[in-house]
Amino acid sequence: MSVNITIDGLAVRADAGDTLVDVAADNGVYIPTLCYQRGRPCLGTCRVCSVRVNGNVMAACTVPVADGMEVEVNDPADMRKALVELLFAEGNHNCPSCEKSGRCELQVVGYEVGMMVSRFPYRFPLRDRETRPKKIWLENDRCIFCQRCVEFVRDRETGRRIFSIDHRGSRSRIVMDVALADRMSDQQVREAAELCPVGCILQKGLGYNDPIGRRRFEVRRLRQRVLEGEGQ
Amino acid sequence: MSRKLVIDPVTRIEGHGKVTVQLDENNRVTDARLHVVEFRGFEEFVHGHPFWEAPMLLQRICGICFVSHHLCGAKALDDIIGAGYASGVEMLPTPEKLRRLGHYGQQLQSHTTAYFYLIVPEMLFGMDAPPEKRNVLGLVEANPELVKRVVALRKWGQEVIKTVFGKRMHGIASVPGGVNKRLDARERDRLLKGEPGLLSVDQVIEHALEGVRLFHNFHEKHRREVDSFAKVPALNMSLVDEQGNVDYYHGRIRIVDGNRDTVAEFDYHDYLEHFAEATEEWSYMKFPYLRSLGREAGALRVGPLGRVNVTRSYGDNAPLAQAELERFHDYTGGKANDMILHTNWARAIEILHSAELIRELLEDPDLLEGPLVIEPGEAAWTGEGVGVVEAPRGTLLHHYRADAQGAITFANLVVATTQNNAVMNRTVRSVAEAYLGGRAEITEGMMNAIEVGIRAYDPCLSCATHAMGQMPLQVTVQDAEGRVLDERLR
Repeated sequence: MSVNITIDGLAVRADAGDTLVDVAADNGVYIPTLCYQRGRPCLGTCRVCSVRVNGNVMAACTVPVADGMEVEVNDPADMRKALVELLFAEGNHNCPSCEKSGRCELQVVGYEVGMMVSRFPYRFPLRDRETRPKKIWLENDRCIFCQRCVEFVRDRETGRRIFSIDHRGSRSRIVMDVALADRMSDQQVREAAELCPVGCILQKGLGYNDPIGRRRFEVRRLRQRVLEGEGQ
Repeated sequence: MSRKLVIDPVTRIEGHGKVTVQLDENNRVTDARLHVVEFRGFEEFVHGHPFWEAPMLLQRICGICFVSHHLCGAKALDDIIGAGYASGVEMLPTPEKLRRLGHYGQQLQSHTTAYFYLIVPEMLFGMDAPPEKRNVLGLVEANPELVKRVVALRKWGQEVIKTVFGKRMHGIASVPGGVNKRLDARERDRLLKGEPGLLSVDQVIEHALEGVRLFHNFHEKHRREVDSFAKVPALNMSLVDEQGNVDYYHGRIRIVDGNRDTVAEFDYHDYLEHFAEATEEWSYMKFPYLRSLGREAGALRVGPLGRVNVTRSYGDNAPLAQAELERFHDYTGGKANDMILHTNWARAIEILHSAELIRELLEDPDLLEGPLVIEPGEAAWTGEGVGVVEAPRGTLLHHYRADAQGAITFANLVVATTQNNAVMNRTVRSVAEAYLGGRAEITEGMMNAIEVGIRAYDPCLSCATHAMGQMPLQVTVQDAEGRVLDERLR
């Protein structure tokens, strides 16, 4: 069933129940996301896609469109920027030497929201690295807890989770089942590293292989990819 | 009553340092020291990082000679994965030549910055000229055409770096066992032939020659002043190839004495057997020396003057630089040159040498084709690597160890400015004695002479500062009104 909504005053027709962030992209409105990927179930963890829906702030990746919805994207722009700044402040995101630079979604979303520096004090967390697996290195202080790895990376034989979250609150961290991780194929390791929006999941011994100028978001910007329906 | 003169900060160098000169009641110099007053800590905070990040992280120690740090790290990583010289593996031609190209480009732009922007103002205006004139802006006013050529020269060096590493500063190219890209014909041709706003390599060589002529003109007019400014005997050190000629990227370490006779030559992987380091409580910079000769006799000079003293020849591929090198060697009758201001002559020669080496490389088809990476396999893993290159300021060394998981457990950086620490202090003392000792009045020009002596080394104190054992560190905790709540001195 078709419904009519408005996005920043723009009249938009969409199928009822479609995800708001996808509907916006299909109509040329880019809403940044970090946990959400088109075509995959919504996680709703990062809140970076927050917009105002009928006056209430909601994460656009969690909202199915309904008739008469009035969506404001431009208005909470500074709030989205603040959310990105908080993610930077919460971890150790040293873009200049990070191998994910140029391919990092947090970095590119930082540029998209116009972030120059975090207005919040940096926490400089000390989270232990996980280096035991043969093929994967977990650089935990770069994790933004999007939970993509938790939900979408599974052992191929048993379907069991390889990544999970341990502890609570500010002590939370991603942990790995090392035995299951060591059963991952090289291809699966590569996919896990690509799935991670930041430089937390690394393929051991492999970094900086894309020359500057040919890195993912230098070749085609994230905004462009999203608006053309590619997802992230 | 004794007096202490303080120059703080020392200007037109990279990093923060100060000089103190102690005079007795008769204004005789009793002590002179170059203090490095900044503190970094790169060797510590790289611990735990994945080994392949080291060259990217550690090149951030410097905004001038980052390529040297990057390549030193890359050579150490080659060793760690078993694809390096320590395992007897020769680097593939394409990655080695690309690394060399970027390295020479950096030497050209770094020396151009030091020579023309920081040193030439003194040569043109004199050490007694007022500070507001004796700088690069004064140079712009006095000779704008020269400055335009210098800017173009430096830009070309930076474009070489950008072409190889992707960025003018802190780029990325080296990966363990090789590099991540080769050049394409368009990239090569714009450096060879130039384009609007970019010099050709032949123009670069012309400008480099002008730099050498600038020194000769200055030298002819001020020969006595230049030659007698400060003569500081020391051993000279450089990487050399099998013929005993300087190799800026790879070779054995050779150390020569005042007669240019070899007193030591060894594989740089054995550096710990040959070097020792002393510390002083008044500086964050260590004092390396040749272990076999002790701290005084074993003090080393590296950088342009050290290299031209060590090298026998530049070979056939750099005829213009070779002619200048022969003139340089002839000037001291084949002996090592200890005249500190001749470092600037050596630096000008090396700008020319770099340009000629780059021209030769740009004509090499290996830059455009050939495999990029050696993949030796897991069994070759050594977990330890040492990289040495000749950075613009001299011999630079990185040494890493990584655990079986790939985490860095140890990093040691011995940078060129550190190697020069003892001779820089000797230079400060020599200049202080000549210019300040016994004088009733201390003038700005006399104080500046000390800076000129230091500047000849083009020291990079940001790279050189170190932590070892108990370093002098003062921490003061104040409240909002500025009252001291706690103070610790270690």
